[in-house]
Amino acid sequence: MANKHIVIPPMLHGGSACQACHANLRQLGIDVTDWDYVVALAGNPNTGKSTVFNALTGLKQHVGNWPGKTVARAEGGFELGGKRYKLVDLPGTYSLLSASVDEEIARDFILFGKPDCTIVVVDATVLERNLNLVLQVLEITDRVVVCLNLMDEAKRKGIQVDHHRLSSDLGVSVVPTVARTGEGLSHLMRAVSDTIEGHFKTHPHRINTGGPLQKAVEELIPLIEGVFPGLPNARWIALRLLDGDMRLRRALESGELALLTDASSQPSHAASCH
Amino acid sequence: MSIARATTIGPQEILSRADSLRAGLEENFRDRMVESIYRDAERIARQAVSRAGERRYDLDRKIDRLVTSPIWGFPIMLLGLALVFWVTVVGANYPSNLIARMLFYLEDQGGALFEMLRAPWWLTGFIWHGVWRGLAWVFSVMLPPMAIFFPMFTILEDLGYLPRVAFNMDWLFKKAGAHGKQSLTMSMGFGCNAAGVISTRVIDSPRERLIAILTNNFVPCNGRFPTLIMLATVFVAASFPPIFASVAAAGSVVGIVLIGVAFTLAVSWALSRTLLKGEASSFTLELPPYRRPNIRRILYTSLIDRTLFVLHRAVVMAAPAGGAIWLMANLSIGDRSLAGWTAWVLNPLGHAIGLDGVILLAYIIAIPANEIVVPTILMTYASSGMMMGVSDLSQLKALLVGAGGWTMLTAVNLMLFSLLHNPCSTTIWTMWKETRSKKWTALGALMPLVIAFAVTFVVAQAARLFLGARF
Repeated sequence: MANKHIVIPPMLHGGSACQACHANLRQLGIDVTDWDYVVALAGNPNTGKSTVFNALTGLKQHVGNWPGKTVARAEGGFELGGKRYKLVDLPGTYSLLSASVDEEIARDFILFGKPDCTIVVVDATVLERNLNLVLQVLEITDRVVVCLNLMDEAKRKGIQVDHHRLSSDLGVSVVPTVARTGEGLSHLMRAVSDTIEGHFKTHPHRINTGGPLQKAVEELIPLIEGVFPGLPNARWIALRLLDGDMRLRRALESGELALLTDASSQPSHAASCH
Repeated sequence: MSIARATTIGPQEILSRADSLRAGLEENFRDRMVESIYRDAERIARQAVSRAGERRYDLDRKIDRLVTSPIWGFPIMLLGLALVFWVTVVGANYPSNLIARMLFYLEDQGGALFEMLRAPWWLTGFIWHGVWRGLAWVFSVMLPPMAIFFPMFTILEDLGYLPRVAFNMDWLFKKAGAHGKQSLTMSMGFGCNAAGVISTRVIDSPRERLIAILTNNFVPCNGRFPTLIMLATVFVAASFPPIFASVAAAGSVVGIVLIGVAFTLAVSWALSRTLLKGEASSFTLELPPYRRPNIRRILYTSLIDRTLFVLHRAVVMAAPAGGAIWLMANLSIGDRSLAGWTAWVLNPLGHAIGLDGVILLAYIIAIPANEIVVPTILMTYASSGMMMGVSDLSQLKALLVGAGGWTMLTAVNLMLFSLLHNPCSTTIWTMWKETRSKKWTALGALMPLVIAFAVTFVVAQAARLFLGARF
């Protein structure tokens, strides 16, 4: 709740873009009125999501080390570059295929909540495992920034991640950070605003399903786009319908899906999971 | 002539087309999709990541291959458990005796002092032979084992071994229709059943969570371990040659624990076939890297947090319990004390299940907390005039057997009863808070009690039938 001015230290990797990073970020705590942009914070459990959340909003979400600690959905605000951001911390999940309440909450928000950008926090020391979620998120929305966190742990273990290569393979911005100390966070926010405002064009990686599934998907897409023109992720919707996803069926029948083609909408309610 | 209808595609058409397409897809297309995600993830990660620190990662994998192997996994677990108990049994023996001697000496001195000050007999009795004696027992019987067991358990936790236990036992729980994470909540129950109940929050499915809550009681909590260890030491170990004594004691405690685990699985299975029908759900279990335990922090957590906390609770329960027993023993109706009457009334029931009325009385008084069962039993015997105070734990067996009429059956059944009986009031309260359902809380409190009576009854009758009436 304190409106603090903090100057985020320049990021790890140098570059002349650094000068611009000295933008002042103003933490707004739980004040989420009059936001310009909504940013979702997703990622596996134990990747430092809550640390990123705390650093940006000035709140003190309890950082815990066992599953089930984060509440259903936490919200906070910050202001940067003259724009007010509402940051939504989603529960940590390993995937979005809706096996549990946590995954439903995360998936529902990313899809129906229509955030302007989704930050996926990944643990640099176990990248492969974390990419599972990243790839699924990329199927739902293309406005994604990957926050490559725990870089200090990676360095300690002798793990090196080529974030430029990763960025080009995934087709989105990848920003290395050490959320614990604040390193890289200003660069992260820069990437987020660039992605939102279209300065950075994303070409998100698409999962290659192959075979009969691909054919079925390709048959459904035109049908879906026919009924809901302008839907950004018809392909993913097709995949989920083929999978028998009940939530999406209901959204389709109720017309909720039509809302996704609109410019903006309020985030849907989330069931509490505690 | 028919008019061609304009085909308007709406949501329903999409759904029905999706359904028919799905029917045409092969059975495991979902697996394929997941596989392709993992394939892509692997490829992308491979291209972006290079590691210089292979060695640490490899070591973890090698250990895991051994620890979670189908052949070696379980033996290693059992051995580890036995080792923990053995160290506890051996290590707690001397300090227990020392503390007992010291505190009972103080009881005598305190009593004498009060008498010198011409304090009324009931005051001396209540304070020194009731309240203080209760506390003395709790400290001498409970503190040493706890001070050893808790740190060892916490070391295992910190090491990262417990998720491997969950991994090994997952298939057992799945067969029982329960969630794999129940093995974790079960191990939490070793520390404290109330904490075990709270830890079931990690299980999402309400059905499986309920099963985990209801069966958590079947693993002995740290409050019950001193009872088991004492019984094992005094009775089981004493029946073996000295060389094997401590091993036998540890072995019998392990045996009881295994029986507890077996009951957990059996009751889970029964529940998932009757009251809580359903299928086991899938989940992701992360095996964290092995970590060198931080000894200082462990000592702090286990000694300060856990031991002191449980001790504090025991004191809060034991002091009143000691007072209550003294009162019951010294308030008389006719020629018998209240305690004597109650024990006499409960005796037939007690005898039927291989115990006796005094033990049952002690269990009733010990409902608030399991830790005080043994001290309560001993004090009840002492107060009903059956034996004088015990100043040395080694005299215990002689007195229990000689004056109390205990046999091996009594010891075994007491261990079984201790394992299976109703949870302590703290756990019952926690169950209520977590389930918010009177029905399930009642079931969680009474079902174990019923099972305890049933099992001890069967064992007692079988023993008398096959091994003779001397029991």
